[in-house]
Amino acid sequence: MIEAVGLTKRYGAKTAVYNLSFQVRPGTVTGFLGPNGSGKSTTMRMILGLDRPTAGHVTIGGHPFRQLPNAPRQVGALLDAKAVHGGRSARNHLLSLAQLAGIPARRVDEVLGVVGLQGVAKRRSNGFSLGMGQRLGIAAALLGDPQVLLFDEPVNGLDPEGILWVRNLMKSLAAEGRTVFVSSHLMSEMALTAEHLIVIGRGQLLADMSVKEFISVNSSDFARVRAPGTEPEQREKLLGVLTEAGGQVLSEPDGALRVTGLALPRISDLAHEAGVRLWELSPHQASLEEAYMRLTQSAVDYRSTTDQKNGLMEQAPPGAWMPPAVPEVPQQGWYAPPPPGPNPYGGGPGPYAGAPGRPPAPPAGPSAHPGGPLPGATAPAAPPAPAGPPAAGTAPQPPARPPAAPAPAPTTSDSEDAR
Amino acid sequence: MTAAHPQPPAQQPYAHQQQPYHQQPGGYAYTSPIPLRRAHLGDALASEWTKIRSVRSTLWTLGVMVVLMVGVGLLAAVAVSASGADLEGQSILLLGFYGMLLGSLCVVTLGVLTISSEYGTGMIRTTLTASPNRSRVLAAKAIVFFLLAFTVTTVTATVVGMAQSAIVDTGSSTGEEWLRATVGAGLFVALLGLLSLAIGALVRHSAGAITVMIGVLLLPLVAAMFMFSEQLETVRQFLFAYSVPSLLVAFYGDAGLTESGPHGWTPLLIMAGITAVALAGAFLALEKRDV
Repeated sequence: MIEAVGLTKRYGAKTAVYNLSFQVRPGTVTGFLGPNGSGKSTTMRMILGLDRPTAGHVTIGGHPFRQLPNAPRQVGALLDAKAVHGGRSARNHLLSLAQLAGIPARRVDEVLGVVGLQGVAKRRSNGFSLGMGQRLGIAAALLGDPQVLLFDEPVNGLDPEGILWVRNLMKSLAAEGRTVFVSSHLMSEMALTAEHLIVIGRGQLLADMSVKEFISVNSSDFARVRAPGTEPEQREKLLGVLTEAGGQVLSEPDGALRVTGLALPRISDLAHEAGVRLWELSPHQASLEEAYMRLTQSAVDYRSTTDQKNGLMEQAPPGAWMPPAVPEVPQQGWYAPPPPGPNPYGGGPGPYAGAPGRPPAPPAGPSAHPGGPLPGATAPAAPPAPAGPPAAGTAPQPPARPPAAPAPAPTTSDSEDAR
Repeated sequence: MTAAHPQPPAQQPYAHQQQPYHQQPGGYAYTSPIPLRRAHLGDALASEWTKIRSVRSTLWTLGVMVVLMVGVGLLAAVAVSASGADLEGQSILLLGFYGMLLGSLCVVTLGVLTISSEYGTGMIRTTLTASPNRSRVLAAKAIVFFLLAFTVTTVTATVVGMAQSAIVDTGSSTGEEWLRATVGAGLFVALLGLLSLAIGALVRHSAGAITVMIGVLLLPLVAAMFMFSEQLETVRQFLFAYSVPSLLVAFYGDAGLTESGPHGWTPLLIMAGITAVALAGAFLALEKRDV
């Protein structure tokens, strides 16, 4: 059982972790997710007493790590596969750790067998591949046969067989009643391994829930509806009918409509009643990976952008771009970026503040529902994108827009569209 | 709400949830079959011995030191023997000084590497996870390194001294001269290595710490050589008397480079004092700092 309360870590002016509170229970694999630089490793280091929290505290079984009686027998950790002296053989590396922890030397050969490194036990570890290094790190974590295990990105560099092995290892360790805390930036991996998820972004808690719950909350469905492309007025009509019936409608660049909040049969009925023919009516579901990306989108520190070669091309005159009537989403990758949820992390202008093509006014869709948060309980608790990024896709993301976002976020108020 | 669109829970799902955790009493459900035993300093010493003997840098630095001490010592002895030079009453063991001075550079390097390589590789985090008692780790490192450095330098110095005595046949040295030139010099150099280890723990960077230590070793003497000004004469005398080579040479004769300098066992006390202060700083820093 790991318990963090108000954990905060600042490095100079940079806050790596802010007011993080969570619990990691025994018996399950708990996934620790976050984009690069979100504070996962810092949190892990604080759990292990390597870094001292600026504020708050974290305990393992009720004690801070450094006050644990017999810590190495209670907690095992893989922090960094490369955190070994490369000149030392795998066996000597593990032997020195075992001796330090008062663990019998024969245990070293046991764990070498567990991770499958017996064959290279005598080899110096700087000749190891990243995957072999991960195995060595896992062996070190297992040395003390501890009840609490922490793994920081354990599958990095592993081959598919190794990934499967790690996945099963985590599960079996948890099934023995241990506390297993695994960090990753791969949602897809965690969805297969973990039962519980703790998601952080920019050092703050974004989600703390079971994987099942996470899926049900985040995997938002939508229907793609296409009116005959030859008759724009049919499309307008359909748009009106659908929004009137309580659906959230977004437009895709090629004219298709992305509808949420209405079941497929209902859409068909509505279209029929309105006398609109449909060229397409198809169900779509966003994957968990996308849900995760949406959740952490506003909390990504290192964002890649398209290389626009701005300095090399002739600029379009400013203002040439006209906001579409309905917020657009990219055609392919029907997943949609974030809803216009308040960005609890953005001090000042959010990452999208300067995004080109941000619709200045609430677009057509929601305008049918004066006053925002419409159909109360229906899926899209989020009106499609008032002031959302142009690609404010599958609207139904209540998640990322908790009016009172991560409870601890004091910066919530300055988010762009706090209503 | 419709079938095609699963309904998210109404309340804000991302706020921190106070979930009712059904926790077992004590929080632990797994008990290891491996017998539980609290680790102590002895375990840490065994661990550090495993570490120091299982890396090549130990073999290299100590190997080079032995080669230097033996090579330079024998060369000096042969040269003195061939030229028939008069030692002017000095002990023949003085010839071991040059090898020991060069060898001390190797001990300094090993001392720094013993701790800074852990920082350089990130191994320190693995180590401190296996033993949250940081002081115990540093103490074990210091003890293992000190004993190793002391043993190797003393034994080598003894062997070289005996070889020199055999080559040059000018009188015999007294027991105290032998003691000072072997155990005394060995202790001094091992303490110098321990100081390097402390500096390595403070600087946490191999190249940086080695540079600092080479500066400590050579800079005072070099600086003193270039102090031509009259006003700096006292500083110059002080540096000549208390620079590391001057302190070391005191183990090979009645006095150091200068008549007024420390002699007898005083240099050892001076070095022990400096090392103790640096080590205390290292312990403090290791306890307080993030790793």
